[in-house]
Amino acid sequence: MSILVDTNTKVICQGFTGKQGTFHSEQCIAYGTKMVGGVTPGRGGQTHLGLPVFNTVQDAVITTGATATMIYVPAAFAADAILEAAAGGIKIIVCITEGIPVLDMLKVKTVLNNYPDVYLIGPNCPGIITPDNCKLGIMPGIIHKRGTIGIVSRSGTLTYEAVAQTTKIGLGQSTCIGIGGDPIHGMSFIDCLKLFQADPQTEGIVMVGEIGGTSEESAAEYIKASVTKPVVAYIAGVTAPKGKRMGHAGAIISGGKGTAQDKFNALETAGVKLARNPTEIGKCILDCF
Amino acid sequence: MNIHEYQAKQLFSDYKIPVPTGYMATNTDEAKQHAQNLGGDAWMVKAQVHAGGRGKAGGVKKADSLETIANITNDLIGTSLITHQTGANGQPINRVLVEKVTAIANELYLSLLVDRATTRVAIIASLAGGMDIEQVAATTPEQIINITIDPIVGIQAYQCRAIAFALKLDAEQRKQLTVMLYNLYRLFTEKDLSLVEINPLVITQQGDLLALDAKISVEDNALYRHKELANLYDSSQEDAKEHKARQFDLNYIALDGDIACMVNGAGLAMATMDVIKMHDGEPANFLDVGGGTTADKVAEACKIILSDSKVKSILVNIFGGIVRCDLIAAGVIKAVQETGTTLPIIIRLEGTHVNEGKEMLAQSGLAIITADNLDDGAKKAVLAAKG
Repeated sequence: MSILVDTNTKVICQGFTGKQGTFHSEQCIAYGTKMVGGVTPGRGGQTHLGLPVFNTVQDAVITTGATATMIYVPAAFAADAILEAAAGGIKIIVCITEGIPVLDMLKVKTVLNNYPDVYLIGPNCPGIITPDNCKLGIMPGIIHKRGTIGIVSRSGTLTYEAVAQTTKIGLGQSTCIGIGGDPIHGMSFIDCLKLFQADPQTEGIVMVGEIGGTSEESAAEYIKASVTKPVVAYIAGVTAPKGKRMGHAGAIISGGKGTAQDKFNALETAGVKLARNPTEIGKCILDCF
Repeated sequence: MNIHEYQAKQLFSDYKIPVPTGYMATNTDEAKQHAQNLGGDAWMVKAQVHAGGRGKAGGVKKADSLETIANITNDLIGTSLITHQTGANGQPINRVLVEKVTAIANELYLSLLVDRATTRVAIIASLAGGMDIEQVAATTPEQIINITIDPIVGIQAYQCRAIAFALKLDAEQRKQLTVMLYNLYRLFTEKDLSLVEINPLVITQQGDLLALDAKISVEDNALYRHKELANLYDSSQEDAKEHKARQFDLNYIALDGDIACMVNGAGLAMATMDVIKMHDGEPANFLDVGGGTTADKVAEACKIILSDSKVKSILVNIFGGIVRCDLIAAGVIKAVQETGTTLPIIIRLEGTHVNEGKEMLAQSGLAIITADNLDDGAKKAVLAAKG
């Protein structure tokens, strides 16, 4: 078991014939991901990397039975690609693209409310991997090891830190999800925690957060109420300056919440073990067993 | 990206949002000319910098003669304004805005922003205008009105009415506010803004609503589809190193410490700063070289951090995913050779092509210190900075 993706997941790539799409599709195929084709409008009927190219996501889904997609199209067209995937029948949408305008994402989020069984991962994320089974994204497959720790993170390279450490101590990972660093994104910490809690293979959870927003605080409340598996959390940005802001409005809406200290307090109250130093994530999760 | 008040007010005018009549001046002659054109016997002179808190810092002054206009303009332009939102060096004043004086009956607060918790555009309003709104939110949250807008249908009249009643407006002002909010929402969404703040939004002695101040931030990711806004970018309001980094598409923020950092990924970059602090060091900057980087970009990034004279050691922390470690190594070697720096460089490499990267560093003949992990790297960088 694992969450969301496994050896049977049929995957397509949007932006398949582009430079990024080509490179990472090759990597995913080499890792063992069951890729069944790709979409590049105007190039339907061609073959790329030995797989069929389709003009639309719907064509690809009907012909191949794909249920998951990874999106590498440029930021200006990425919101459209996400909506096309949802409308075309895809259930797991992984959007790697960074730099999507926020207002585009507000519309995407609102439309996705009409598709309650669709999971959006990202944008601006490394993707999702179930080690040795299925890799949808840009993470280096080699650092992963099939195992028992579920990892969810807002940051790409910090996910790799957590992965490398859980591999090194021998626990390995059930599934790793990078939910993305943009303020408006798809799956939340809570969505992932819920799936990890229900997954029999996952025995412990590592959560990597950062300053800004209040999603870690919400996750802490959820953990307190509904997660019985051990959780280790690291929060990046304890020492980050507030940054240059012109207005004050950003801080009002959260009522002054969102600092690293707020997140530490909320997580500690929820019984989460805190790794104060990112080098100690592996040690902290090992201490839980 | 921030823009100046006079530019924000021009956008307000374009969207029929009432602002005081005023003109931008870059010297005393222009300022006097504008005052004469405006008429009357008193004017406001407002320093144009990308920062709030200008009034308290002496950047907003009232003039009651052409001579005082000239003196105030002369005193402001060419200097820097230090407010609680700027660094210790302040922001340079190159322009002032000369406006008619407004007779004020009441001051309110109004802003629009993207609220990540509800994933919607939110309108924030308050009766407590002209004050530090963060303070108001912290001490008297009941004075803050917060309404979110469904992006599919846009702003609705009932939402405008709810805000207007909460702001205790009369019937005519409620109509004015509704029109204003529709126009503000249209401005916000059509121009891809991330923040519009009017503090204060005033009720004039004639009973009309008027945006006395205007702050606008444009969302960087959307600048590609708003060339007219991208052209308003003012490099004088940015740190020189940050400006340079922006040209190379690097995510750089200057800080006060002496340990320079170069990292891939914003999260790992923040974590690197945290660990440096944990070992009693002070980071000189935040620098995320990003995913799609090249050896040339890494070399430029190195040069930017080396141009900071405070720097005493450099920590390079890379966990290669898309970024290949050999490419980072090539960039660092190039920068060291081109700048001839003698500062200690500590490098921690992990991930894609790590062995090739380490091999290149070893063969370069440069005195580079390698580290096993982030913690080890930070310790060595702190030690090296203490020299």
